Amino acid sequence: MNLAAAANENLASTSNTLIYSAMAIYTLAFLAHMAEWVFGSRSKVGRTAAALTADKSAAPGVTVQSKAKAGGTAVLDRPKVVTRSAAGSRDVPDGIGAHGGTEKGDLYGRIAISLTTLAWLIHVGGVVSRALSVERAPWGNMYEFSTTFAAVAVAVYLILLVAKKNVRWLGLPLVTTVLLDLGLAVSVLYTASDQLVPALHSYWLWIHVSCAIISGAVLYMGAVSTLLYLFRDRYEAKLADPSGKQPGAFAKSVLERLPAAASLDKFAYRINATVFPLWTFTIIAGAIWAEAAWGRYWGWDPKEVWSFITWVAYACYLHARATAGWKGRKAAYLALIAFACYLFNYYGVNIFVTGLHSYAGV
Amino acid sequence: MAAKTDTHSDTHSETPQDADLGAAGSQLSTAPKEEVSLPSLGPIGWARWFWRQLTSMRVALILLFLLSLGAVPGSLIPQTSIDPVKVDQFKEQHDVLGPIYDKLGMFHVYSSVWFSAIYLLLFISLIGCIVPRTWQFVGQLRGRPPGAPRRLTRLPAYATWRTTAEPEQVLQAAQRTLKKRRFRSHIVGTSVASEKGYLREAGNLIFHIALIVMLVAFAIGNLWKSEGGKLIAEGDGFSNSLTQFDDFKSGSFFDTNDLEPFGFQLDKFVATYERGGPQNGTPRIFRADVTYFSGADGKEHKTSIKVNEPLDIGGDRVYLLSHGYAPDVTVKDGTGKVVYEGAVPFLPQDPKNFTSSGVVKVPGAKTKDGKKNQLGFQGFFVPTFGGKGSGSMFSVFPALDNPRLTLTAYHGDLGVDSGLPQNVYQLETKNLKQYKVDGRAVAQMMSPGQSMKLPNGDGSIKFNGVKQWASFKISHQPGNGLALGGAVAALLGLAGSLFIQRRRVWVRAEPGPDGVTVVEIAGLGRSESAKLPEELADLAYTLQPDAPQAPEPETETEASDPEDSAEPTDSAGNADPSEGARA
Ligand code: HEM
Repeated sequence: MNLAAAANENLASTSNTLIYSAMAIYTLAFLAHMAEWVFGSRSKVGRTAAALTADKSAAPGVTVQSKAKAGGTAVLDRPKVVTRSAAGSRDVPDGIGAHGGTEKGDLYGRIAISLTTLAWLIHVGGVVSRALSVERAPWGNMYEFSTTFAAVAVAVYLILLVAKKNVRWLGLPLVTTVLLDLGLAVSVLYTASDQLVPALHSYWLWIHVSCAIISGAVLYMGAVSTLLYLFRDRYEAKLADPSGKQPGAFAKSVLERLPAAASLDKFAYRINATVFPLWTFTIIAGAIWAEAAWGRYWGWDPKEVWSFITWVAYACYLHARATAGWKGRKAAYLALIAFACYLFNYYGVNIFVTGLHSYAGV
Repeated sequence: MAAKTDTHSDTHSETPQDADLGAAGSQLSTAPKEEVSLPSLGPIGWARWFWRQLTSMRVALILLFLLSLGAVPGSLIPQTSIDPVKVDQFKEQHDVLGPIYDKLGMFHVYSSVWFSAIYLLLFISLIGCIVPRTWQFVGQLRGRPPGAPRRLTRLPAYATWRTTAEPEQVLQAAQRTLKKRRFRSHIVGTSVASEKGYLREAGNLIFHIALIVMLVAFAIGNLWKSEGGKLIAEGDGFSNSLTQFDDFKSGSFFDTNDLEPFGFQLDKFVATYERGGPQNGTPRIFRADVTYFSGADGKEHKTSIKVNEPLDIGGDRVYLLSHGYAPDVTVKDGTGKVVYEGAVPFLPQDPKNFTSSGVVKVPGAKTKDGKKNQLGFQGFFVPTFGGKGSGSMFSVFPALDNPRLTLTAYHGDLGVDSGLPQNVYQLETKNLKQYKVDGRAVAQMMSPGQSMKLPNGDGSIKFNGVKQWASFKISHQPGNGLALGGAVAALLGLAGSLFIQRRRVWVRAEPGPDGVTVVEIAGLGRSESAKLPEELADLAYTLQPDAPQAPEPETETEASDPEDSAEPTDSAGNADPSEGARA
């Protein structure tokens, strides 16, 4: 064994240690998020039910906002822009967040985010050292793909947080699934650090696979948001109809703290619509690479088929959003089906279906 | 046009908001309206109804869904075009399902009648959708933005203030500002109507047209393509004509006379492998060094072909597919004449370490008496001898470190004269007799340079050395450029369609009941967007010098300090959609 190989082996084991450490800290973040939700549920503020009946006839009559300044002289400020949600949608305010307005809950929430950030840094260290150990992009097999995928998902979440978007509600579901994903990666999918076969030696690997990973990680956010939208929408519908069945105490405690259904829906749409072109590009890049490697840009290989299915399913979702009678819940189901197709393309096709896209060891 | 849309809104499902806004909200998109009414009687009525249904968004949606659903079985059931052997296996194992699947075209899903029907309907729907939408869009570009709705307060984003300026002055200033921001705008009555973001619609149309371009490119590529395989040992060559291919297939419209005149020779195949470490034996480089010529001049060039780097030649492409070893042997027959000399490609049985097998067929051999005595050798080859496993030897490394060739010999009739095509990698042993001594098969393991003698003085075979072979795919696929162009156009169109906001802004300035001018501004976007209120707030802010705020009539405060009012306090806060939406 030569020296370089030994160094690479050291790096590979460092990478494994880092991934395990990141998992430990993600677990702490998970616990902190749980604490946030538990303390939040005891909140009195959180209990104030949302005003559900929006007064649609009353035009927002706010005109010019005046503001008193120190010294008693009131000066006119710039005009205030009044916005109105689309007719037909409920005018419900966003929930207050997992912490339910409690200071303790908020503190735990912040701790959870700090821990997530720390875990993410270590996680990225793990991915990078793996890349160094194999001297290539760390996307040669499912283990590497999964660890990178989780790192990108957390990165997107942290970026949205830094951009002051209202995404703290994503914390618990995200950390939970990141733990699941990493757990699966280190136990079932683990592959010893390995070289790429020459077929994967191409800069298209960087372009095509990185786009696939980013698309997937972002689409995942969209899927979580869509799922929560479905729950929250049902919850709001129940509240809006006081004579019907009312949500249970637990559902109420959780759902009332989430953003309004309209906000979740809008967030999901923006996310999905924003990455759809990237996913389109991923497929095009894949076709260009396939043309260079296999002599045809499209050959209905199972991986290609499922990318196509995923793409058409998302196109279907975008169409549904623009079609009267398909907006809302129906479109949301389509979005979930589309994401399920993405997942199947990744796990299902690699494990159950053989094709040209076989990775080194699963 | 606007009036037409209004009549539509009576009969068809539109959101209450659209109905509220009338013409002002119309045609922000050219999406077809939903048609749910039953057709009037008569064939023409039905035909028209059917056409409207086919080109409606709802049917497009359903067809898209069917398309993705229809693509599923092709990925789960073996396909003839990908792996015919597996299809046969599947048919053997499934007595009941096999014939049913066969009838349904499940073994060639993507060229089956039903799959074609789905995408052809979808594309007819697409064309039927694009043409009227394009006309409508051209009409919108030629026309002017629709005038302000009666009650601007109904719009999703709204602001108002009282100003000391005259209405005329405010409108002029508003139009100037909007024009500077590249809104198309005009003054109607007491308001400015403006619109921006037409590129969204253009992008959407380009995207859908590009889909058609891609389908056409795909069809061209399939109908006029040709594709052939060729295995070449080092030192051998290939020229592009039908007889030279090991296998060849082409699209329905391809004419074999159209094969481009070119050829190449494999000078050397280079493969390197990782030595040591956990990646021991993993390939690092595959490279075929070739000399090629093309066209009439036939001038020779040298280049190399790698796995991801095909050779472009005469409009065709040559891809490196796989590689292996070809032991170089010399066979002498009983008369002592050299009856065979050359490298014989062996096929790898183990893709990692290249334990390979192959056969040598020598039809022209004779016994020492000059009688016909065809020879056949069945052989195993290992590039790095690792010992003998259960009977046969195996390789421990893919590179040529310690090569061995083991042969067993046959004689008799090879069956090559029967005229039936034979597999060059298999020995037809029906009419062959294995050479045996004392009841044991004659077999010998050889290193390069060693020979094996045949019994009865029937000759010998010498293992001279090892060459490598590489197999290539020579493919001719027109329409690739068109497909790529379509894909790029689709991507750009899609980005425009999703990232550009189409929106309308109206500014109204009228004298209020007390004679003071009231300015109202409002915006309407294609989809609810956070940008619109921000843009509106910004517009209101920019208008301040031309339309300074008048004091509130009720509050007895001094006139505003112009410097203070221009201060951009809370500008973001005011426009924050997450707050504003709840107002
Ligand atoms: C070949 C299959 C098709 C695909 C893959 C496809 C894909 C898409 C995608 C991804 C969008 C989203 C862009 C956006 O929201 O602006 C879109 C929008 C749209 N598509 Fe298609 N489409 C197809 C066929 C059709 C057909 C047949 C029609 C006509 C009935 C149609 C009409 C529209 C319209 C009107 C929009 C714009 C919706 C809006 O304004 O938001 N599409 N299409």
